[in-house]
Amino acid sequence: MTGPITPETVLSAQSWPTDADLTDDVLVQVDNLVKHFPVKGGGLVARTVGQVQAVDGVSLTIRRGQTLGLVGETGCGKSTLARCIAGLLPVTSGKVTFEGKDITNLPRRKMQPFRRDIQMIFQDPYGSLNPRRRVGSIIGDPFAIHKTATGAARKKAVQDLMERVGLNPEHYNRFPAEFSGGQRQRIGVARALALRPKLIICDEPVSALDVSIQAQVLNLLADLQKDFGLAYLFIAHDLEVVRHVSESVIVMYLGKIAEAGPKDPVYDTPRHPYTAALLSAAPAADPEAAASRQRIILSGDVPSPINPPSGCRFHPRCPKAQDRCATEVPQLEVKAGDMPTHLTTCHFPVQAGEVLASVSRAFRGEAR
Amino acid sequence: MSLSELEFQAQTLEAAPTEAIEGRSQWRLTWARLRRDKMAVASMIVIAVIAILALLAPVFASLLGHGSAQVFPNSGLSGTGGPVSPGTHGFYFGTDELGRDLLVRVLYGARISLFVGITTTAIATVAGVAVGLISGFFGGWVDAVLARFIDTVLAFPFLVLALSLAVVFGPSLTIVISVISFFSWAAISRIVRGQTLSLKEKEYIEAARSLGANPWRIMFIDILPNIMAPVLVLATLSIPAAIVFESTLSFLGLGIQPPTASWGNILAGAQSYYQVAWWYLVFPAAALLITTLAFNLLGDGVRDALDPRTERIFAATRKRRRRTWAGRPATQLDALVAPVPTDGPGEA
Repeated sequence: MTGPITPETVLSAQSWPTDADLTDDVLVQVDNLVKHFPVKGGGLVARTVGQVQAVDGVSLTIRRGQTLGLVGETGCGKSTLARCIAGLLPVTSGKVTFEGKDITNLPRRKMQPFRRDIQMIFQDPYGSLNPRRRVGSIIGDPFAIHKTATGAARKKAVQDLMERVGLNPEHYNRFPAEFSGGQRQRIGVARALALRPKLIICDEPVSALDVSIQAQVLNLLADLQKDFGLAYLFIAHDLEVVRHVSESVIVMYLGKIAEAGPKDPVYDTPRHPYTAALLSAAPAADPEAAASRQRIILSGDVPSPINPPSGCRFHPRCPKAQDRCATEVPQLEVKAGDMPTHLTTCHFPVQAGEVLASVSRAFRGEAR
Repeated sequence: MSLSELEFQAQTLEAAPTEAIEGRSQWRLTWARLRRDKMAVASMIVIAVIAILALLAPVFASLLGHGSAQVFPNSGLSGTGGPVSPGTHGFYFGTDELGRDLLVRVLYGARISLFVGITTTAIATVAGVAVGLISGFFGGWVDAVLARFIDTVLAFPFLVLALSLAVVFGPSLTIVISVISFFSWAAISRIVRGQTLSLKEKEYIEAARSLGANPWRIMFIDILPNIMAPVLVLATLSIPAAIVFESTLSFLGLGIQPPTASWGNILAGAQSYYQVAWWYLVFPAAALLITTLAFNLLGDGVRDALDPRTERIFAATRKRRRRTWAGRPATQLDALVAPVPTDGPGEA
């Protein structure tokens, strides 16, 4: 499962402090990735009047056979980041390397060999399957596009895949509309699996499913990871799901990384106030635990990514914000007492046992 | 019960052998709905009869012993030199002012009309779909150029241009087909472009791109099947438009030239004689009317069959009526509403 570690991969891995216990090598390395979307003004000739700073300087590492979780609110740039890594969106600046090879903004033809290794599973099991095509033809698409199997061999491969993901291979000739949401998501998984990729980017793969079906699909993904040594970039806004599937977690806020590290330290001792607020907002299954827990309620909405706040992007909503936060941009760094892989972007990280004010200063007057 | 047990049960249920394995395609559902539409079925029968008559026109001509341009100065003209009325001397539709058999001429006219209607629609549909797909899918300057070209073509006063082209190049069948095709593709293109613009943002197109599909594959395998419904309706409705256009050009003397028969030039000849010979006007006009009406009604039927939502409204009102008549729920109509797929291209 683990490939040879070349000097190149070791070198690139150093920009992200590696856990001494992790001996596996780097599959994807993202360095300082920036994606801005121009905002066009009205008028006869559209002029660019601003930039949506969807992703602003994100670096991350995905290791072979591991799962990296990516959480954050809607609109924080998770999906944009995923599409940049998958080569579906041109990158404004920064670098994406796959197995040490630079794949940033490759033209379609040059990207083709990497498409086999990087696949995607989409959020909407209804929107991601063409309603006019039969399931066999949808799952057979990767084989047709990469010319790896034709005719009876392709049909056999497709039916094997359907069986592998828990679909009845006899349903080869059915249309997507004839399947349930969970089954449709399995079709999406089968399509992503067809070319035996090394990385599958899961863009909220279970958000659109109800909870019992979520568990089935998550277990399927876990089984496939074990069998094929897949790496996942797992995007979700359900914190518990991410904790369940991931080895490491990245928390994003407004296009930047707020906190990153192995999942246990991030979940158990969050250092960024945003992570703490996010975790305190997640519903708990145990009513007693839910009652005893203190929720941190953030004031206001997520600011516009067209005109993000100065300094730390979280400062207008942060319960710990001070004057310095509005002027000085915090760096992603290891805080005192944390393990060397746990990084936080905050001037005043949350201390162990600290109780955060439940609302920020600006909001306190309105609270009861 | 643990989750894995539940999952196991769910999987065995899913894997259980089922009867209807063959998926119901959109086209099969459409065909089933179209067959229940009496007006559409009647139109299809009328069109089929006209097509057979047109194909067999030479057979009728030889059976009657009358060529399409053959003049019968003795039997075909009355004592005063006028056209003879229907039924005289074996002329079932009567004759024209030269003593030619009107029945044979109308049948030969059907050949021209159907040929022009189908050829121009085929050319216009292929061109319209290609231009619309390319314009909508690639966007940017390609779209800017093509979309303005479509607008330009649609803005032309088509009859004036058709007349001048026919005058410059001389009237012929080729010119008629070229002119009608040139003015028919743009309307199809505009619809296809609009549909493509909306469809290319769908997640399954992104999925195809993430698999590495090239733009042509995405356009023709992923987008085209989703826009076939409006294209089919437009194509069906474009046939009668082309037939009328051809008749107009021929009527004005700039389309099919005599002695070749076309409904348009027969009607042009009838202008001076219809007061003494009603059949000269009525038969070709009726042929034109019935043909275009049948195609238009079929087009409406196809549109209804492809768009389940309008049918749902019809079915609901019919169901209500039948309930008051019979005092029980209309189960057959319920079945008609039920198997409707919910994700047509216009639904999202």
